[in-house]
Amino acid sequence: MQRRNLLKLAAAGVVAGSLGLGTAQAADTIKIGVVGPKTGPLAGGAAITHFPNFMMWQKLVNDRGGLKLKDGQRKIELIEYDDRTSPPETIKAVERLATVDNADFIMPVYGTGFNLAAAPIFAKHDYPQLAQAFVTDQGPELIKRYPNLFIIQGPTKAFARDAIAVLKKLLDEKKIGNRVAVVNVADAFGIELANVARPLFKEAGFELVYDKSYPLGTQDLAPIVKGAKAANPDAFVAWSYPPDTFALLEQAKIEGLNVKAYYSAVATAFQGFYGKYGQLAENVLGAGGYEDTPAIRDYMKIHKQVTGVDADYWGSALYGSMLQVLEQSIEGVGSLDRKAVTAYIKSRTFKTIVGDMDLRNQQMTRVWTVGQWQNGFFQAVAGDGFTNYKPVILKNNW
Amino acid sequence: MDIIIIGLLLGGTYALMAMGLQLQYGVARIMNLANGEMLVAGAFGTFWFYSATKFSPLISLAVIVPLAFAANWAIYRVLITPLVRRAKSQGQLEVDSILATFGLSFIFVGGLLALFGGDYLSYSYLARPIFILGQPYGLNRVTAFIGALALCAGLYIWLHKTRAGLALRAVAVSPSAAGLVSINVPRASALAFALGGAVTAAGGSLLSIFLTFDASLGVVFTLKALVIVIMGGVSDIRGAIVAAFILGLAETIVASLVDPGLTLAAAYVLFIVILLIKPEGLFGRRSS
Repeated sequence: MQRRNLLKLAAAGVVAGSLGLGTAQAADTIKIGVVGPKTGPLAGGAAITHFPNFMMWQKLVNDRGGLKLKDGQRKIELIEYDDRTSPPETIKAVERLATVDNADFIMPVYGTGFNLAAAPIFAKHDYPQLAQAFVTDQGPELIKRYPNLFIIQGPTKAFARDAIAVLKKLLDEKKIGNRVAVVNVADAFGIELANVARPLFKEAGFELVYDKSYPLGTQDLAPIVKGAKAANPDAFVAWSYPPDTFALLEQAKIEGLNVKAYYSAVATAFQGFYGKYGQLAENVLGAGGYEDTPAIRDYMKIHKQVTGVDADYWGSALYGSMLQVLEQSIEGVGSLDRKAVTAYIKSRTFKTIVGDMDLRNQQMTRVWTVGQWQNGFFQAVAGDGFTNYKPVILKNNW
Repeated sequence: MDIIIIGLLLGGTYALMAMGLQLQYGVARIMNLANGEMLVAGAFGTFWFYSATKFSPLISLAVIVPLAFAANWAIYRVLITPLVRRAKSQGQLEVDSILATFGLSFIFVGGLLALFGGDYLSYSYLARPIFILGQPYGLNRVTAFIGALALCAGLYIWLHKTRAGLALRAVAVSPSAAGLVSINVPRASALAFALGGAVTAAGGSLLSIFLTFDASLGVVFTLKALVIVIMGGVSDIRGAIVAAFILGLAETIVASLVDPGLTLAAAYVLFIVILLIKPEGLFGRRSS
């Protein structure tokens, strides 16, 4: 990707040069830097949640003539780099965009650790960093250190806390018993969630009848699902990653692990998950979820039309909203002055597809955290700051 | 009992990953680091075939195996043969081939990304339980296991009962001596490399019915295959098969009786122990 873009740039330079336009041509577009994993372990998620949103934004903005600045409309040009799922590469790419490509704005990178690694570079060059796919409990300290950092995701503990709250409500209503089987992938987010969740489960009055982790990339989850089933749980919770989220459901069906509430974390919100399992995925709980509004349905429809990729039900709409915030701020300021744009973002609330977005405290205060597949839509059933949650439906046997 | 069956099923999965590399390394002496990418390519091919035609993924083998064979033959002819010609020693060929195929793996990943995108690809096939001795197992895993057994048996019989197989085994033992008894060594090596690639792609194809793939996943499979091949001993296909099953059983026993978190640790402890006791691998011959 890197090389291809370099070639593209070189080619564009040659064409521009031969037309005698020189540097005037280059100044006519707004250069937006995009960094993320095209290869490596996180590439699968980024191909769904990260890259397509920028492509769609570019297309929509350019179709209406570009962003409106004081000195006229300007189109967007994307400069993409592959960070190969490696933080040093992320840092290099962001630095390169800032110093060599002279990008006007740089999009947030993909993943918690990656955004964290790149934060000092964003800060050094005064780029607003509207961090996505960035789930951390260190938010309050980080925004103090980086005045240009905005966090557009809930903290880790919100995801665990709300998932447990959903189960707790079912317990209080006597719809499920208090036996929970919990498994987690032994990798960053899985470990964090499991650690946060363990005491919360006990507080909520649940008994952890099975609590095991498995290594990332485990090819056979049969022993784990068998173990969970033998513990005879009322609910099953997996703090899992994409490949195992897929494999766990299949294994649960094969083993006949029948529970009233089934939760798996990352990738449950992918349309590919529902596409693969259809009716089986119905009433499965997971991280993410959207309120079923026309704005969000539109976003997902256009996403598919423009990029050919199905948006997910967790990050995609947040990316879309973040881009709306950036777009409104650039047009509001009327120039590419990054400090002014950052100040603008901090000065008001924005109308976006997920409703009003308030980043005045550099942290989004309203997030959806738990979703449930209901009739093919991953409905938000819990979260922070919203009111319209769908009631949770108990899961039937497989 | 169910632990043993799950272990055997997982062993079958591992055998599918490792057999192709064993042929390529054992006979053609090419340590193919693009092995995992070939496996992913096989899986993607089947995914594409299944979503386009809705025929059984097993039928896709009829297309994928010959294609992979041809592609690997071409790779050997174009990319590897010059390395073989210029290599002064076994060691140099191994180093060169590791570097060349490492590069090749990036080309594969790029190609797969361009063709299929970076998204997760998976589909549901035979995802229903089959009861063996009263316990449920995934029918798709059992199917892949039978496929693995068929491949193992087929390869073993072919290597031991046919003339071409004999030639391959001779090259595996000693390329220079095989040349002296009028075996066409370059041809036998190309055949082994192409066959290995085809077996790997077939493995990917069979694995795709229950694993979720994305374009970048190849390296995971290369690593596993490497461990199995080294553990089994490089010059004998039986070594890879036995090692695959030992690994599958060991991981499942640890996951079920000790802790699922320790499966990787158990696999590598086993690997180290075997290398300490028998540095040439389970079925390896001490080099003279």
